[in-house]
Amino acid sequence: MRTVDLSKTSLRELNHDLHRQSSGANEMHWEVINPMGLHAVAVGVDAPIQVDIRGSVGYYCAGMNKHATITVHGSAGPGVAENMMSGKVHITGDASQYAGATGRGGLLVIEGNASSRCGVSMKGIDIVVKGNIGHMSAFMAQSGHLVVLGDAGDALGDSIYEAKLFVRGSVKSLGTDCVEKEMRPEHHKELSELLAHAGVEDVKTTSFKRYGSARKLYTFNVDNADAY
Amino acid sequence: MCGIVGLFLKDKSLEPQLGALTNTMLGTMCDRGPDSAGFAIYSAPAAGKTKITLQSANPENDFNGFGASIAYAIGTEVSLDVRSTHAVLTIPEDKIEAAQSAIKTAHPSIRMMATGSSIEIYKEVGYPTDVAQRFELASMSGTHAIGHTRMATESAVTTLGSHPFSTGADQCLVHNGSLANHNNLRRELRHDGMTFETENDSEVAAAYLTWRMNQGLNLGEALKKSLDDLDGFFTFVVGTKNGFGVLRDPIACKPAVMAETDQYVAFGSEYRALVNLPGIATARVWEPEPSTVYFWER
Repeated sequence: MRTVDLSKTSLRELNHDLHRQSSGANEMHWEVINPMGLHAVAVGVDAPIQVDIRGSVGYYCAGMNKHATITVHGSAGPGVAENMMSGKVHITGDASQYAGATGRGGLLVIEGNASSRCGVSMKGIDIVVKGNIGHMSAFMAQSGHLVVLGDAGDALGDSIYEAKLFVRGSVKSLGTDCVEKEMRPEHHKELSELLAHAGVEDVKTTSFKRYGSARKLYTFNVDNADAY
Repeated sequence: MCGIVGLFLKDKSLEPQLGALTNTMLGTMCDRGPDSAGFAIYSAPAAGKTKITLQSANPENDFNGFGASIAYAIGTEVSLDVRSTHAVLTIPEDKIEAAQSAIKTAHPSIRMMATGSSIEIYKEVGYPTDVAQRFELASMSGTHAIGHTRMATESAVTTLGSHPFSTGADQCLVHNGSLANHNNLRRELRHDGMTFETENDSEVAAAYLTWRMNQGLNLGEALKKSLDDLDGFFTFVVGTKNGFGVLRDPIACKPAVMAETDQYVAFGSEYRALVNLPGIATARVWEPEPSTVYFWER
C-alpha cells in the first residue's frame, strides 16, 4: 500500500501519481492522509485501484472517476464524484451539494446525508444515500438510480427524464413533472440489487416508493425508451 | 464568491486564542476572496465604557493629536489604540453622541467603522493574510469573531465596501452572495431613518437587521423576518454583543459548514476553514439547512 500525506505532498503530485496508474498498475491500494478539506482530491482516476482517503475533503473529490474504488473516511464537500464514469465512491460521513452530479456510471454510496441537488442531471450513475437528501435533488435527472433510505427535501426530481428514484422516507414535495409510480416486480428486483451493492442489509424494498417522470414536460417517445 | 469564517467561544479558556484561531481560519479562505478582507472581534466590555473603531486613509496625520482633540471636545479622558489604518477610541458610554459629533465636525476624513461596548471592526483592501497581519489579528483575544474575504460583485473594491458591515451598536454582518432587491430596500430603510455609507448590497442586509432589532426583535427573529424581505443569494453570519447567527437563503447555493463542540461554535464557507480548530476530529460537523435560522447567545 502506498500512503500519501497531503500535509507533506502537494495535491498536484498526488493527482499526477494517481493519473499515472493504469489497468495493470502495480500499486493497487493507496491511502491519502491529512486531506484537510482540500479540493479535487483523487480527481480523474482511470485505473481499477483502491484509494482510501482518511479525513474530510473539500470540493469535487473523486470527480470523473473511472474504474477506481474511492472511499472518503469522513465527509465530502460540494460536487463529490461529479461526472463519475464507473467504479465506486463511498463517503462514510455526509456529502454537500450536488453529489454525483452529471454522473454517467458507477456507484456512489453516502452513509450520512447528502444536501441539496444530489444527483442533479445524473446520466446513468447509481446513487445510494443512507440518510436524507436536500432540495432540488435529481433535477433534470436523465438516467440511473437514486436510492434514499431517509427523507427527500423540496422539489424532488424536478424536470426529470428517465432516472428512477426510490425513497423510503417522506418527500417534502415533488418537482414539476415528477410523480409517484407503481413498484412493479422488476423495480423491487432492481432496488434489491442496488441495496446489496451498497452493502445495505435488513431493509425491505417494500418500504420504498418509486418516483419518476410523468413525461409531460419533455417529448417522450416510447420507441426511444432503450436510449435511457 | 467570498469566504466567511466565524468562531463563537463557549469555553473561556480559549478566549486568549480567539485572534490566533480566527487568523488561521481566515487565511484558508484567501482564494475565495483575494481583493479585501475584514473581521469583527468581540471582547468583554469594560464597565461604563464604549469603543468606536475608526479608519483613516492617512493615519499618521489623522490620528496624531486626535485623542487629545476628542478629550477636549467631550470634556473627559479618552484612550486611543492605533493599529495601522484603524484606531479604537475608548470613551465613557454616556459621551458616545458627543464623541461621534466631534469626530464628524472636527475630523471629517476619519470614518467610524463600528461602535459598541464589545465590538471592534478592522477591514481593508488587500490580500486577506496581509490585512490580518497588518492589524495583528493573531494577537487579539475575545469572546467571538467573524471574518470575511471578499471577491467583489455588487460594488467597488474599497475599504468601506469590505465586510463586516456594522449598522448598529455591537452589530455586524458578513455576506456571501448577492441581493437583487437592495436598491428598493435601501430606499425604504432610508425613509425610516437608516443611513448608508456605500452602494453595497450587504450593507442593506445589515441595516435591515438593525432596523428590525430596533423594532424590538432579537437577532433570531430579525433573521427569520429577512427571509420574507430579502431577495437574492445569501449566506449571512451575524454578530451581536452576546450572539452569533447564521442564515442561508432558500436556494442555499452559497456554501456553509458548521462545527460545534463543548468549547465553541464555528462557521466556515468550506471545511478547510475548520481543520485547525481544537477537537475538530470529534466535533459535530454539519451543513446548515436553507431558510433556517441558527442562533447562539451567551
